[in-house]
Amino acid sequence: MRKISLLKTLATAAVAIGASFSALAADPIKIGSVLSVTGPAAFLGDPELKTLQLYVENINKAGGVLGRQLQLVHYDDGSDAAKANAFGKRLIEDDKVDIIVGGTTTGSTMSMVPLVEKAEMPFISLAGAVVIVEPVKKWVFKTPHTDRMAAEKVFEDMKKRGLTKIALLSDTSGFGASGKKETEALAPKAGMTLLASETYGPKDTDITPQLTKIKNTAGVQAVFVFGFGQGGAVVNKNYKQLGITLPLYHAHGVASEEFIKLSGPAAEGLRLPAAALLVAEKLAANDPQKPVVTGYRKAYNDRYKEDVSTFGGHAYDGLMLAVEAMKRAGTTDKAKVRDAIEATKGYIGTGGKVNMSPTDHMGLDLSAFRMLEVKNGDWALIN
Amino acid sequence: MSQFLQFLFSGITVGATYALAALGFTLIYNASNVINFAQGEFIMLGGMLVFFFLQAGLPMPVAIFLAIAIPAIVGMLIEKFTIEPAREADVVTLIIITIGVSLVIRGVIQVWLGKGTHSYPAFSGNDPILIGGATLLPQSLWVLGITALVVVALWYFFSRTLAGKAILATSCNPLAAQLVGVNTQWVLLVSFALSAALGAIGGVLLTPITLTSYDVGIMLGLKGFVAVVVGGLGSGLGAVVGGLLVGIIEAMAAGYISSAYKDAVPFILILVILFFLPRGIFGAKVTERV
Repeated sequence: MRKISLLKTLATAAVAIGASFSALAADPIKIGSVLSVTGPAAFLGDPELKTLQLYVENINKAGGVLGRQLQLVHYDDGSDAAKANAFGKRLIEDDKVDIIVGGTTTGSTMSMVPLVEKAEMPFISLAGAVVIVEPVKKWVFKTPHTDRMAAEKVFEDMKKRGLTKIALLSDTSGFGASGKKETEALAPKAGMTLLASETYGPKDTDITPQLTKIKNTAGVQAVFVFGFGQGGAVVNKNYKQLGITLPLYHAHGVASEEFIKLSGPAAEGLRLPAAALLVAEKLAANDPQKPVVTGYRKAYNDRYKEDVSTFGGHAYDGLMLAVEAMKRAGTTDKAKVRDAIEATKGYIGTGGKVNMSPTDHMGLDLSAFRMLEVKNGDWALIN
Repeated sequence: MSQFLQFLFSGITVGATYALAALGFTLIYNASNVINFAQGEFIMLGGMLVFFFLQAGLPMPVAIFLAIAIPAIVGMLIEKFTIEPAREADVVTLIIITIGVSLVIRGVIQVWLGKGTHSYPAFSGNDPILIGGATLLPQSLWVLGITALVVVALWYFFSRTLAGKAILATSCNPLAAQLVGVNTQWVLLVSFALSAALGAIGGVLLTPITLTSYDVGIMLGLKGFVAVVVGGLGSGLGAVVGGLLVGIIEAMAAGYISSAYKDAVPFILILVILFFLPRGIFGAKVTERV
């Protein structure tokens, strides 16, 4: 990595001297990134890094941005927020990047927020929780949907089916804990009654005690599970083992092909809100997101021979938002790029349609989520 | 009542997985007084390898055989190349070496087989068995049955065979064992192979219930260690009782107290038991000569 960038610098210098062009014009635009490529959040960070690498390469092949090449400077925080902070500092002070895209988890993101605010560095986070953009921070943006939106979307669908008395089962990860908080706060406003609220560890191998309690709670009409990773699949298996027949809902954190594969027949009939990327092929032909998500899916599949996940999509959106903003600003000047990101209107990404504003640094609304149901071992769009 | 039964079944299922992990610890401890923190990785290897070989198109029995044989070889390699050269070092040093080994195994699998979570079908279907209003998965019976078999086999091995007695003798006093003709190096090699195979068997059995991924060994190893300490280091029966106890208490805590405190309960249990029974429930009553 170091060697390559040294070579590049030398090459750049040679070109600059030889052609007596301004060396500045040939300088690459530095995209900084801190991702959780290893550790517990690796399943998020790994596709994110692959996506960034793939698209930085593609953009460079197509001539770069503002006539300059992009250079990705990335560090792996090992899913450790403290490390993310140190790497964030390094990106700002040593590497002198032009923008930071990254921060896989909410913890990593929040540990870098004070740094970027102080250094006045545009920062597009790939993490989920509401706290990142609420209250609005001048230099901080994010691409993924929030946990509150997931709860809203699920409640909307439940009410359509006349289900108002529900049980909540959340995992103890940061994602699940934040989801639990948001769901509990939102429920009374949405006219929902939470009759039970249980938790489980994301690595638990048996969740039947919690589900037994929910099963024996009188009046429960549906179960809402808020968690991520493999825990959700264990919930499904135990749900079926106990013969619970209530409608089952999950949050967006488990949305992956792997989730269905691991759950097997136990996943049949469950519903969850997810980004359009997951059902790229099934979208209506006139859906504005269709070309974006099928394009990303194909590019990723061709290159890495593995299924796309919505998480990689967040990285795609983050990079594109940054690039679009630089093009519109016509410069990499940090303040101007920041203003351009905030002025993003009608950008169609893998996560949905993005309309940023000074009061909204995420720019997604509920339409960004599609309600999916598992039918015959595959996702199906509802209504 | 059916609720209590359900919690109990859940506890026994989870507990049996801890017990299998605990048995592996016991075996190596008996031979060398070393707590092998790579034990959890053998469990992971078992599950991941079966998945890998099934993907590669091998039939189930062959996949299972290979998934047990390969970790056994890995176990011997570990002994040969990391433990044996450091044989003169402190037990603590050896324990730290095993932690390093566990990191290496986890890293290799992460790079080779990826970070995804995997599973394969249960041996005899997924239809739960209904007992008194509570349900139990057939795979849990496999786990319990094989665990019981393993315990009996280990008991027989250690108390009725020359090889088993040689291992025990080596753990009591390596020098004396050597003097009466025990090949102590061979003993260590065998015990690592055995405990690796044992861990792998656990992984093979558990995966349909618990799923598997490159990092599943951390949790299983940790809980297995708790079970060993509760049951008493070095006792096969203690490992099983400890494992079941930890599992059942966890399930009961989740069911009757609060699921939020479930994971804290085993560690409170460890404190209480070590306070009253410093060597665990079935631990040998030894007096240290100073």
